[in-house]
Amino acid sequence: MKWRKIEENLFRVLMFLATMLMGGVLILILIAIFKNGLPALTWEMLTQPPKGGYYFGREGGIANAILGSIYLSLGAVLCALVIALPVALFLNIHMKNHERWVHIIRFLMDTLWGIPSIVYGAFAFMVMIYLGMKASLLAGIITVALFILPIMIRSMDEVIKGVPEGLLEAGLSLGANRTEVAFKIFVRQCSTGLVTAILLSLGRAIGDAAAVIFTAGFSDRIPTSISQPAATLPLAIFFQLNSPIEEVKNRAYASAVVLTLIILIISTLSRYFSQKLKNH
Amino acid sequence: MLALSAKLFDMKIQQLKHIYRKTKDILTQGWMLAGLVVVILLPFVIGLGLYLKSHHIFTQYNFWELIGSTEWKPLSGKFGLYPFILSSLWITLIAIVIALPVALLSAIHLTTYAKAWVLKWVHPLIDILAGLPSVIYGIWGVIAVVPAVQSLALSFGIKVSGYSILAGGIVLAIMILPFILNILIEIFKSIPIELTEVTLSLGATRWQTVKKVILRKAMPGIISATGLGISRAFGETIAVLMVAGNVVKIPTGIFQPGYPLPALLINNYGEMLSIPLYDSALMLAAFILLLIVLFFNILGRYTIVRFEKSM
Repeated sequence: MKWRKIEENLFRVLMFLATMLMGGVLILILIAIFKNGLPALTWEMLTQPPKGGYYFGREGGIANAILGSIYLSLGAVLCALVIALPVALFLNIHMKNHERWVHIIRFLMDTLWGIPSIVYGAFAFMVMIYLGMKASLLAGIITVALFILPIMIRSMDEVIKGVPEGLLEAGLSLGANRTEVAFKIFVRQCSTGLVTAILLSLGRAIGDAAAVIFTAGFSDRIPTSISQPAATLPLAIFFQLNSPIEEVKNRAYASAVVLTLIILIISTLSRYFSQKLKNH
Repeated sequence: MLALSAKLFDMKIQQLKHIYRKTKDILTQGWMLAGLVVVILLPFVIGLGLYLKSHHIFTQYNFWELIGSTEWKPLSGKFGLYPFILSSLWITLIAIVIALPVALLSAIHLTTYAKAWVLKWVHPLIDILAGLPSVIYGIWGVIAVVPAVQSLALSFGIKVSGYSILAGGIVLAIMILPFILNILIEIFKSIPIELTEVTLSLGATRWQTVKKVILRKAMPGIISATGLGISRAFGETIAVLMVAGNVVKIPTGIFQPGYPLPALLINNYGEMLSIPLYDSALMLAAFILLLIVLFFNILGRYTIVRFEKSM
């Protein structure tokens, strides 16, 4: 009898600690990043591209990487959106009566989601060489678009799945065809959920480094066209951290602060939208 | 006359509108279908592409020879992948051994013991943790985990840099923790509350209920979460690369550096073009990585589908 109580309490404490650990780790990570990064973060770093000798601790900033990351991720999200939204709608509206197939496709999509980004990177690099292309913003955009495609489709799919059955029937009975129901009614009905899905993919696109390391290249200049190579924030952090010079390392921490802030803003926004969805 | 022609004109407009809507419908459906086909073919194209690119190497080497050999000297044509595969396995194992119990305890706490508002507060934390880019985890690993591992090793009397498979495993454990936790929470939530009520009313303590009923019922789900966690951990690149040390050598202890498979890919991409068969060897590495990840992923997904059906 006594042992039962002890066991119960022991595991209670352990479980509580496990939950605390998770929150604790998040705080630890944020503190570590901000404590190391904030002192080195200057206005100059945000607004200027690297100048001569930047990687030896001289002047300049990471504007090239910030802008590169923004271009790259926005481009990729746009490309993915053009495919993901129609596919997600198609699965739930046009294929309504082929449930078996929809299940198989969902399974496939989940599997695709699990493929690591480095494999996408390797594949894209191979194709690039085969086609004789050089590392460029465009190649990076396509690679990242492929990489976030399953993420976007599946999260949109989950949103659209929740639309009440009657809406499709009501739309059809009013004389609209399936495509019109899909884009004019369903998209409007799910808009906040779709925005959340897009923001989720955007976060993934900005944070990923392994897929772009050899497809987008790296450049100290701010790209002016999609055929030029572009730097990205994660890679800028990675390269600067490998430097033996203390000052450059500190800038890696500062760049990490910038990336963390961007990610936090995106996740706050997506939380806001999903909250709005719940209140509907 | 005028009224009639106006009516005819109206009908014509209606007809045109109809044709316009019809064409738009057909075109859009074509686009949707094309997108779907692309997405369905994508995994097969990736797999096939990597295989086609890597199979050149089999004209000169045997598959098991490549997997089993420990020598990696591309310049003299030695492409042994064994150290990399082994490092990856070690790091993944450490990660899952740390992450799974923590995630399990936390998931049970959140779904059976804690009040509802706790879960509401923890959910955003999980999401933020899951959304942090891997390079951020990597930097944290360099700042915090590597020195900690170094001093831990020192307390055992081992002098190392701290860049080790243990550091890689710890960072990876933290990275997959929110991922596994999310799945486990969903699984524990889907177990009917009646089961708990019955056992509690029979006089069992809560922990006994969890141990004897809930865990047993959720076993397929836990296996599935483990599989998915392993597949996530195995492919993780940047964070592990930053803390694992990257020395081509079979790790002899957890404080020793390792060289995981994804790190091999990243570090050697650039130079691979000039050496014969080097690119094939690297693509083979990518192909093996893909196969291992897919194996655990499909295993995990399959068990979860079965689990949902049994509920």
